[in-house]
Amino acid sequence: MTDSLIPWDAEGNLDVLTFDLESETFALEATQVQEILDLLPETGVPGAHPLVGSVVNFRGKIIPIADLRLAFGMHTAKATLDSRIVVIEMAVDGEPIQIGIRADSVHEVAALSRGASEDAPAVGMRWRRDYVRGLVRRPEGVIVLPDLTAIFASVLGGTVPSMPAITH
Amino acid sequence: MSSNDPVAAFLVEAGDLLDQVEQDLLDLGKNLQDADLINAVFRGLHTLKGSGAMFGFEALAAFTHHCESAFDRVRKGKAAATAELVGAILAAKDHMAVLLDPAAPKGDAAGEAILDRLRAAMDDETAEPAAAAPVAAAPAKPAATGWHLRFYLPGEAMVNGLNPLGLIDELRELGDARVAVLRDRLPPLDQFDPTQCYFGWDVTLRGDVSRDDIDDVFMFVIDDMELQLEPLVAEVEAPAVEANPIVEAATAPAASAVPAPPSSSAAAPASPAPAVAKERPAENVRVPAERLDELMDRVGELVIAQSRLSQIAQDSSNAALRSVTEDIERLSSELRDTMMVLRMVPVSTLFGRFRRLVHDLANETGKTIELITEGESTELDKTVIERLADPMIHLIRNSCDHGLETAEDRLAAGKLAAGILRLRAQQSGGEVIISIQDDGKGLDRDRIRAKAEGNGLIQPGQVLSDQELYQLIFQPGFSTAAAVTNLSGRGVGMDVVKRTIESLRGTIDIASTPGKGSTISLRIPLTLAIIEGLLVRVGEGHYVIPLAAVEECIELSLEEDLRSRGRSFITLRDRLVPFLRLREMFATGTKPDVFQKIVVISTGNGERVGLVVDQIVGSYQTVIKSMSTLHRDVSTFSGATILGDGSVALILDIAQLVSIGQQQEERLRAAG
Repeated sequence: MTDSLIPWDAEGNLDVLTFDLESETFALEATQVQEILDLLPETGVPGAHPLVGSVVNFRGKIIPIADLRLAFGMHTAKATLDSRIVVIEMAVDGEPIQIGIRADSVHEVAALSRGASEDAPAVGMRWRRDYVRGLVRRPEGVIVLPDLTAIFASVLGGTVPSMPAITH
Repeated sequence: MSSNDPVAAFLVEAGDLLDQVEQDLLDLGKNLQDADLINAVFRGLHTLKGSGAMFGFEALAAFTHHCESAFDRVRKGKAAATAELVGAILAAKDHMAVLLDPAAPKGDAAGEAILDRLRAAMDDETAEPAAAAPVAAAPAKPAATGWHLRFYLPGEAMVNGLNPLGLIDELRELGDARVAVLRDRLPPLDQFDPTQCYFGWDVTLRGDVSRDDIDDVFMFVIDDMELQLEPLVAEVEAPAVEANPIVEAATAPAASAVPAPPSSSAAAPASPAPAVAKERPAENVRVPAERLDELMDRVGELVIAQSRLSQIAQDSSNAALRSVTEDIERLSSELRDTMMVLRMVPVSTLFGRFRRLVHDLANETGKTIELITEGESTELDKTVIERLADPMIHLIRNSCDHGLETAEDRLAAGKLAAGILRLRAQQSGGEVIISIQDDGKGLDRDRIRAKAEGNGLIQPGQVLSDQELYQLIFQPGFSTAAAVTNLSGRGVGMDVVKRTIESLRGTIDIASTPGKGSTISLRIPLTLAIIEGLLVRVGEGHYVIPLAAVEECIELSLEEDLRSRGRSFITLRDRLVPFLRLREMFATGTKPDVFQKIVVISTGNGERVGLVVDQIVGSYQTVIKSMSTLHRDVSTFSGATILGDGSVALILDIAQLVSIGQQQEERLRAAG
């Protein structure tokens, strides 16, 4: 079902960039990724959706910074030396835009295999099911393929993520 | 548009020609005797026919031929220009625009209908066109009985899709032509490139032909071709004149030089001798808009880099660095100004389109409408002009449809039978005000109120100022038209108008007097790209306030601060001004500075609001960057900019903040 959302190639593989948020490993399609940045000075946007609460200057363009932690019910955290911003390009509301995704640490470009993937389980998951396109098992653990389209659609629709953001 | 593609160039030119013909026709409609206009229209049609045939638009050429013939008769005094004729040609002009689109279906029926109308218009005329002005005075014909031409086309002419035979056929149409081929440039066979045009032609053209007629034939190649032209006169004393030497760097054969618009009626010299006297219009270059945008971006980056440099230089004691920095500052500011001017086009290009609209609206509604335009030389950014067209069409339709009354109603109300629609543009500081004014019956306050109450937009009996009430017509789904007409009244559009204007960072004001008419004013910032801004600090964030909106900056004294807690008003020269504490709005979570400042901003129509900030940093030239789609719901900010240190500052949306301030004021008024 959600499987169709993942653009596997003919051999059933997918190149992804993996990164960590809290204790989970996420993956973004490598073709989407434009650049990995060290942290930049961010500017908060008062009144913006908490998921995209700030902007940075990326080569003269103003791009939003998204914190997927809030979509997955995690705590906001202070940046560390390992923190990075992964700049991706994707279509939001039919318009291709660049977005910076916050990552606690970035790992590698890896090939995922369709055989090891499964749909997000209907029960037993802590997260909103429509935010997850699929889970991929690997020896090191499970990798989450987030559904960024659904996540950012919720930003545009003005709905607050199902799990309220916990801030300190 | 590829500047090397003559067909694309032709399409652009043809579009301009049609626009010009339309303008001339509309002028002619007002003054049917004007010989200059008749000639201008004829020349426009003639050029269109000729160049259309040359570039393979046969249907267009054939169709235009009929219109041209009709006007030729008028021009020669054999028929009179009538309102019917002008109407028919106007319709024909629209059809020509359709024929220009290669993808359009060639529906001959529409064309035939127009031609029937044209024939009817011409047949109506009596054989005695006494009323027609003597047109003979028009395009100065040379005394010559003909011309002797020798010409070589540019080598790549055929590659570019030009058919030399078309040119020669056109020359033949002008008069009795004897054509001989010049073969002196044919290369040896082993160097022969079959796509090149090596031939030249020697043409002896007898007949009553003007220099302009010949130039028209060669209009699209004249810059690159070699043309020798001498008049055939009995006494052959006139020297051969090289019309246009080969342009060495022939980058764009047709697009680089815009031919004389037909209206300029650059008269050919009456005496053939100094044939060079033909006036060339100011050289124009067509540049694709994206290139201008790219350049604009670069200039924007330069301005940012320059202000970083200035900051470094200020902290430095190096005199040489400071002096260079000053030079760069001056240069980049001049470059910016030049860049701005490059993008500016006069409002007349916008207003021109509405003449036809009003003409058609008058016919559809059966009202007499006189369109008056003022301030057409006012200039605006090209992008802004393009985006203003649709909202203005809508507003004009509304004025003509709902605002202006029928002639009977107007006479009954003691007004002139002809309704007046006035379009006015004027510059005022950093913005341009475009107003659409009609002298019709004005907005119906009671109907608007009843409608808004019916739609649940306002509570019954709610107290509203006129301005607030009028602004309701911009609410989605709002329409006061009792009967839906073809023109307007479907209740779609006014909200789109407002959205478009707001996306241009503009505002709409409405003034209306019952029985006297209404005026809708669009206030549009001059450019979308760069503004002067006041940089302020709120908490730890930096924000930019457009300087044009800033009225004054004052200090919020400690007493005032404490006294105003909870009510947020200050007294400014005996007037209460609501103020917003940006620290609270933006939830900065920091302690306020001891000496907070208030920046008083206004929208220009008298509504003011104060913004409490922690610190005023200074004025700043700012390149506006748009915010991403993900932040489109954040209405407090109209954009963002990059500061000297590379960080981002958000630009405050004045209209939004003022309206928040006004709501606050209303709540307070309602409470107390």
